[in-house]
Amino acid sequence: MAMLNFEKKYRVRGGTLVGGDLFDFWVGPFYVGFFGVTTLFFAFLGTAMIFWGTSQAGVFNPWQINIAPPDLKYGLGVAPMMEGGLWQIITICALGAFGSWAMREVEISRKLGMGLHVPAAFSMAIFGYFTLVVIRPVLMGAWHFGFPYGILSHLDWVSNTGYQYLHFHYNPAHMIAVTLFFTTTLALSLHGALILSSTNPQPGHTVRTPEHEDTFFRDIIGYSVGTLGIHRLGLFLALAAVFWSAVCIVISGPFWTKGWPEWWTWWLNLPIWG
Amino acid sequence: MEYQNLFTQTQVTGPASHGVPINDYDMRERTKSIGFSHLMGRLGNAQLGPIYLGRLGVASLIFGMTAFFIIGMNMWAQVGWNPLQFVRKLFWLSLDAPAPKYGLTFPPLNEGGWWLIVGLFTTISIILWWLRTFRRAQALGMGTHVPWAFASAIWLFLVLGLIRPVLMGSWSEGVPFGIFSHLDWTAAFSIRYGNLFYNPFHMLSIVFLYGSVLLFAMHGATILAVSRFGGEREIEQIVDRGTASERAALFWRWTMGFNATMESIHRWAWWFAVLTPLTGGIGILLTGTVVDNWYLWGVKHNIAPAYPAIYGTVADPALKAPAAPVAKGDTK
Repeated sequence: MAMLNFEKKYRVRGGTLVGGDLFDFWVGPFYVGFFGVTTLFFAFLGTAMIFWGTSQAGVFNPWQINIAPPDLKYGLGVAPMMEGGLWQIITICALGAFGSWAMREVEISRKLGMGLHVPAAFSMAIFGYFTLVVIRPVLMGAWHFGFPYGILSHLDWVSNTGYQYLHFHYNPAHMIAVTLFFTTTLALSLHGALILSSTNPQPGHTVRTPEHEDTFFRDIIGYSVGTLGIHRLGLFLALAAVFWSAVCIVISGPFWTKGWPEWWTWWLNLPIWG
Repeated sequence: MEYQNLFTQTQVTGPASHGVPINDYDMRERTKSIGFSHLMGRLGNAQLGPIYLGRLGVASLIFGMTAFFIIGMNMWAQVGWNPLQFVRKLFWLSLDAPAPKYGLTFPPLNEGGWWLIVGLFTTISIILWWLRTFRRAQALGMGTHVPWAFASAIWLFLVLGLIRPVLMGSWSEGVPFGIFSHLDWTAAFSIRYGNLFYNPFHMLSIVFLYGSVLLFAMHGATILAVSRFGGEREIEQIVDRGTASERAALFWRWTMGFNATMESIHRWAWWFAVLTPLTGGIGILLTGTVVDNWYLWGVKHNIAPAYPAIYGTVADPALKAPAAPVAKGDTK
């Protein structure tokens, strides 16, 4: 069931990290494994908590769901269930589910004889989330500083947090992160377009080769990074974008409490200007 | 730890590649000199050059460099031609759009005229560069996916600097040329129109932006992970599927129940990247022309919750009868 025509020979035993053969099976297209079970547990519990929380608040408009972190007065302690306790449980569930998912990716990579690039990359995303809801709140002394779980409510949090530092675009790490986000998207469009333009050539031409790809980019900008290099470059840009995003938020508050435009005065006040 | 193929550890320097031959005229336009960089070779190809010059490319560079030069000279003039202060205040300096009083007319050079000229030159430069990408793709018999993706970015550029200012009836709506000033413009634009986060096309654009980064992380990591099976030879894998494609597909099928193919992942990539500026441009175009306050739009359409009315009713100054024109040009 749900198997691709070449899939059967790849469905072999082994590669698990925990549990041996116990959960070494598939359900439909999904691989289960020990970490599939823990993923399911955390994901189900966390999602159920969100539904329960919003039903208790009487909000049934999906755009307006808002599971807020605890009030400032609870500091780094445990908050009552309807005053942020739910947010704390959901955060634990989210981290449990994300971590389980990454470990499940490791098991699948091992089973398929692949490198561990995908779980390593996903770990950077988990690190970004961990920075937002654990590292920064702990550094600032209250779970209150985590972001609320909700579609519009998390946008409001980003807006409000940004304006607390007057003008977040002046945050140097934010500048680097945004530049990396745009650059990654530019590189992705160029890579996708180059492969598609090679395999979907002008009418009357055969499928183009990597030599054509290199020639096209050398003609246009004088450099072609190559078939292997573009995937290294893309992965690096994407991970760097997430890393600098984490940096830009964790320095806001724990290390810089004023407006970000003011941070730049060190440059204006360097002793070299005479 | 096993080899994960993060960097090229042994570099082989072969003969320089002068590229796939094209017609005689085009071959003369290709530079002859080729260099090699060991550092670049650690990540990807070590070869630098050749580059194709051509009339379109040279003309594009002339217009682009002229625009860049005009911006620089305007900034330098703003610090009284002091080179030290030019470096010191570089991020703060700005070539601004004309004041609102000039509408869509051509203002004096030092009151926005230079800004209009730079905008025109940049636009010409970009369109020439677009033609260049189109002609180079055709010359090699390739599809025109690169120029059409590029066109999506040009659309956003033209919305910001041409289409929306024309619809609003004033060049003053355009974006200034400067590091901090364009960031100031972005923040002021968002606040003026009730916070752009409530703009559904801004939401879509962000989704595609983050989605693009997610896709490239997933795709780059997957290909590197199957590079031991030759996965980076994507064209070959598309026309003749090998075990690299099969393992890459099964990885995602087993992980999330769904997989792309070696070709379709590049269609996902192309559309996510292209839709980022495409939806973003729509969001900008609607702002101020069709929608005046995105927060109120969100409340009206049941997306955003209304704030509790604790401040009483305040008349929106923007909805009052037009007052006498206020000179905004002399704020420096």
